[in-house]
Amino acid sequence: MMRTPAGHKVYAMAAEYPSAAALYEAAKHVRDAGFRRWDVYSPFPIHGMDEAMGLGKSWLSGWVLFGGVSGLLTAALVEFGPSWFLYRLNVHGKPWNFWTVPAFFPIMFELTVLFGAFASFFAMLGMNGLPRWYHPMFNWERFSRVTNDGFFLAIEARDPRFTESGVRELLEKSGGQHITIVHED
Amino acid sequence: MDATPAAPEIKEAERQIARIPLVLNRRNFSWLTERISGVVEQPAPRWWWVAFTITASAATFGLFCLGYQISTGVGTWGNNIPVGWAWDITNFVFWIGIGHAGTLISAILFLLHQKWRTSINRSAEAMTLFAVICAAIFPGVHVGRVWMAWYLAPVPNNWAIWPNFRSALVWDVFAVSTYFTVSVLFWYTGLIPDLATLRDRATTKIRKFLFGIFACGWRGSNRNWRHYEMAYLLLAGLSTPLVLSVHSVVSFDFATSILPTWHTTIFPPYFVAGAIFGGFAMVLTLLLPARAMFKLQDVITPQHIDKMAKIILLTGSFVGYAYMMEFFLAWYSGNSYERFAFWNRVFGPYWWYWWVGMLFCNCLSPQLFWFRWCRRNVYVVYFVCMCVNAGMWFERFIIIAGGLHRDFLPSSWGLFIPTWVDIWTYIGTLGIFTSLFLLFVRFLPMIAMSEVKTAVPEADPHYATPPGIQSISPRGKERI
Repeated sequence: MMRTPAGHKVYAMAAEYPSAAALYEAAKHVRDAGFRRWDVYSPFPIHGMDEAMGLGKSWLSGWVLFGGVSGLLTAALVEFGPSWFLYRLNVHGKPWNFWTVPAFFPIMFELTVLFGAFASFFAMLGMNGLPRWYHPMFNWERFSRVTNDGFFLAIEARDPRFTESGVRELLEKSGGQHITIVHED
Repeated sequence: MDATPAAPEIKEAERQIARIPLVLNRRNFSWLTERISGVVEQPAPRWWWVAFTITASAATFGLFCLGYQISTGVGTWGNNIPVGWAWDITNFVFWIGIGHAGTLISAILFLLHQKWRTSINRSAEAMTLFAVICAAIFPGVHVGRVWMAWYLAPVPNNWAIWPNFRSALVWDVFAVSTYFTVSVLFWYTGLIPDLATLRDRATTKIRKFLFGIFACGWRGSNRNWRHYEMAYLLLAGLSTPLVLSVHSVVSFDFATSILPTWHTTIFPPYFVAGAIFGGFAMVLTLLLPARAMFKLQDVITPQHIDKMAKIILLTGSFVGYAYMMEFFLAWYSGNSYERFAFWNRVFGPYWWYWWVGMLFCNCLSPQLFWFRWCRRNVYVVYFVCMCVNAGMWFERFIIIAGGLHRDFLPSSWGLFIPTWVDIWTYIGTLGIFTSLFLLFVRFLPMIAMSEVKTAVPEADPHYATPPGIQSISPRGKERI
């Protein structure tokens, strides 16, 4: 574990960039330098940043498929269970056979959407490790601009390629400003 | 490519096809943050307190009427056979329809890559939630014994009584509650990055703590944005069929019956078009004053109003077409009850509801939007929106009470006369709706900051600042 002269644990070395375009170019540099544990921070999602960071598609969609299918099955169980097996509710003497099953479709559709939406929301939080009380990046006072107009890049100290001088040089070369060490605690 | 300078006519053509910026006056990211967060952070202006006092008083009296109705009985309303559904269900359909514009803006326009939606989606989604809350009140208390409303849910009980899953009314319970829940999830997902903005700007401990909790520790990391954007896309994808289904299911409440004017297959698309039509009018009704009061003209620009007016024109024309088709089908069906019901709609006791509400407000007034001058004049836009708000309420009343008041046998004919409880419950929901909206603009960012920033040219990763142009930020705090 790296420590600063003052004895703080080192989380990362970070830099600020003047614009989304500068951050985008810097991300490509860091990706090509072969780093694995690093991240960029911006007030809004930057188009194409996933490719610039070398990240693939988000498989959150898998959870949503799972949620949707479980919603569909839940609706089928809730509808067929009571009104097909437990108690056949005959209203107005209307027909009661297989061809009336489409009357069950609206609720199947609604629960598919409902469970899919829940899966989407909770998978987003879960896959992002949220909610969380604390993150080392918040120790850097400049970082409060990240939700306003700041663009940041941080390379974590636990990346195997991390060396203080090498990372500083890379961040400087890619146009980073206010390069700093971010404390873990 | 030769290096000769472009001919003047080419330059002129380029100027004409250039896109008008969605954020005017070259405002930059920090201006957007300052201006939009400022609405929440600065003390409430005096007009806000005046408006809130009025709306909260109406809401309180509306809640009193609901309490009176629940403790006394449904008889406090004017509903009586043959008009068993009246203002209550009219109000329900009216409010649930209002909500549809919010979901259309947030979901369908998102899937269609309409970037102009970013200025209006947050407040439109908030409006959706508040409208659905108002809508849910009416069928909820109309059941009479409100404490038995849990029968609507499929809960195992020792009487083995289950909902009739083939009933359109049970579909409606599922459709509306799913719609509300999914809208809340969608709205909150969109709010997380903006709550983080408010957290990072908070000056008091209590604000920092509360916004900190609700922002879930958001830090704008791109590894988070990746999943976030996928979640947002999928929520939009799920909401799109959902919003089309909700008003379709509401229309099934009528279309699956055998009553003349209700028993028709045109209802689902007709109701959905009408819902979006009425909803957009309500979005503009709320946003035009908010935009002026909070000086957001650079974010909600004439271009936005123009586009919303065009959607009102389009959906209003759908609605007008559906009205004509109803009359044609009544004549073409050869069914004497159907023909009588439509004749009665135009010349019967509720004739002026049709002439004023359906014909003038819904069919004719939006036709003004064929003219650019009308779409660009906020007073004309506001006038048309007010016509549409009223017209859509009249339309639902005509469909519901108008369909019921002339039964098959003339001996069962009747009229609906609202009581003071009917009237004040409706005014009360208007108060609840506007009070909730006023609270929303005070406590949450009414424009999606993280989304509207993506509509600024500097958000493009391939953007290069043209020489000699600088963005404008508040109080000269320029960021270079």
